[in-house]
Amino acid sequence: MEKRYYQPEIETASHEQIKQWQNERLVKQVKHVWDNVPYYRKKMEEKGLTPDDIKGRDDLHKLPFITKADLREAYPYGLMGKPLKDCVRIQSTSGTTGKRVVAFYTQHDIDLWEDCCARAIMAAGGTDEDVCQVSYGYGLFTGGPGLNGGSHKVGCLTIPTSSGNTERQIMFIQDLQATILCCTPSYAAYLGESMKEMGLTPDQIPLKAGIFGAEAWSEEMRQDIQNTLGIKAYDIYGLTELSGPGVAFECSEQTGMHINEDHFIAEVIDPDTGEVLPEGSTGELVFTAITKEAFPLLRYRTRDICTLTRKACSCGRTHIKMSKPMGRSDDMLIIRGVNVFPSQIETVLLNNGYAANYQIIVDRVKNTDTLDVHVEMTPAMFTDNLGEIDRMQKELVADLRSMLGLTAKVTLVAPKSIVRSEGKAVRVIDKRKI
Amino acid sequence: MSIKQISVFLENKPGSLCAMTEVLAKHNVDMRALSLAETKDFGIARIIVDDIFDAAAVLADEGYVHSVTPVLGVSVPDEPGGLHKVLKIISDAGINVEYMYAFLGGKEAEHAYMIFRVEDDTKAAAALRTQGIVTVDQEEISNL
Repeated sequence: MEKRYYQPEIETASHEQIKQWQNERLVKQVKHVWDNVPYYRKKMEEKGLTPDDIKGRDDLHKLPFITKADLREAYPYGLMGKPLKDCVRIQSTSGTTGKRVVAFYTQHDIDLWEDCCARAIMAAGGTDEDVCQVSYGYGLFTGGPGLNGGSHKVGCLTIPTSSGNTERQIMFIQDLQATILCCTPSYAAYLGESMKEMGLTPDQIPLKAGIFGAEAWSEEMRQDIQNTLGIKAYDIYGLTELSGPGVAFECSEQTGMHINEDHFIAEVIDPDTGEVLPEGSTGELVFTAITKEAFPLLRYRTRDICTLTRKACSCGRTHIKMSKPMGRSDDMLIIRGVNVFPSQIETVLLNNGYAANYQIIVDRVKNTDTLDVHVEMTPAMFTDNLGEIDRMQKELVADLRSMLGLTAKVTLVAPKSIVRSEGKAVRVIDKRKI
Repeated sequence: MSIKQISVFLENKPGSLCAMTEVLAKHNVDMRALSLAETKDFGIARIIVDDIFDAAAVLADEGYVHSVTPVLGVSVPDEPGGLHKVLKIISDAGINVEYMYAFLGGKEAEHAYMIFRVEDDTKAAAALRTQGIVTVDQEEISNL
């Protein structure tokens, strides 16, 4: 396959060149923050730091972290690096894990964000010949606006369907021959399911690639989506706090996401001690935005658990790769003292032939945590033989036990009885009152 | 000769069987027989209907997971030893009965019908035939 890049000189730059950019931009950014963000300047002063202490990437570890708690405390204007008159946009998170985050953008910030999304689209094989349907929500959520901007920059014909209205989504895919689909993986799976029900086979669906992100999804779910839609499914990563989707994106190798290192410096730390871990270790991902003006976060703790690698990539990109996050430290459930990520449960379900339609219900009965996994029965798994269903259920419980190290109850429920959200799927219901 | 039974996955909770019968009633599906097998969380409703294709399509449209299973239908005289005679033949042929249920035959009240799910329905039907017992076919069920 021909290798195409949106910004080849940046995306395939040497490691030395990347390091040089990061050194220069970090020094400049720390000065910018020191001069314009009193909230962070105070944090630096508390550690006895001045901008002169930061001479490059190797000094990054000296800087204090910014956490979600800081965002709450500084809400709404406390972390801004530019006056409001220089800002042209805000975006905001869904607020599912607490107070909404409101992020500000100058036109420069929007441009660099859209560049990042354009790189992701071209890495998925997109060109100006493509028809790109953006089925992420438009509005405060960054998914729609980010991929929309990236799609424009690549020159794709952009269909801004936004999320929801599945029938209309499918109509546009079919009538306008959309070749690239951008949405959450759970919505992609849902669209795939719906198209299959309509009797469409993968070769009757014009899509060739999908760019899916904004929620956790497993390798098995990727296979499922690829098979039902007949596409290659690419992961994309981002946070509203840092711009939105496109902080990192997957290439043809599908073995991790290249972080746009000319804009973001990534570190992996021990979530308990805050200590920076060597490359290849698993820990919490921390990002420093080195080119953003309006919302310039330094050492922002993402809560995402992953590993970083600089191994050479067959796609030719040189930027460091992050693994698919294994979970968020705030998604992580602690059940009877054991760390459980919903993605682990999903992996077991798909390996056992069930669909990724499940809900995890955690409760506490007589001071003991209970884990109940509700799984939808599928036509493929159903049999008239009660004993056979019982056997499959027991097998699933055993496989969950070996994956998680604890016993879960498995409840088989009717098809489509678990509520599908057209944005993010509600995977976990934690009823514990602690 | 076997007849076709529809097995439907239902959650074991109030109203789920009622919701299924509502779907069947709404589409004028006439049930000949019904049997329920249940666990704590879910169950399987096994039904014999007048029009198998119609019923299967209706259930699929309404989002029910179901399968079609071949079963044997035998008309048994409603008298002492009637069922035993049939079971003896199946037992002598070494065939295992997975489950069975009975229903009374429409207007012809002196007969009961037994539905058998066996591991090998062709072999069971043949064993019964050699003893002069003819299994019921789909058409006979439909015309009841």
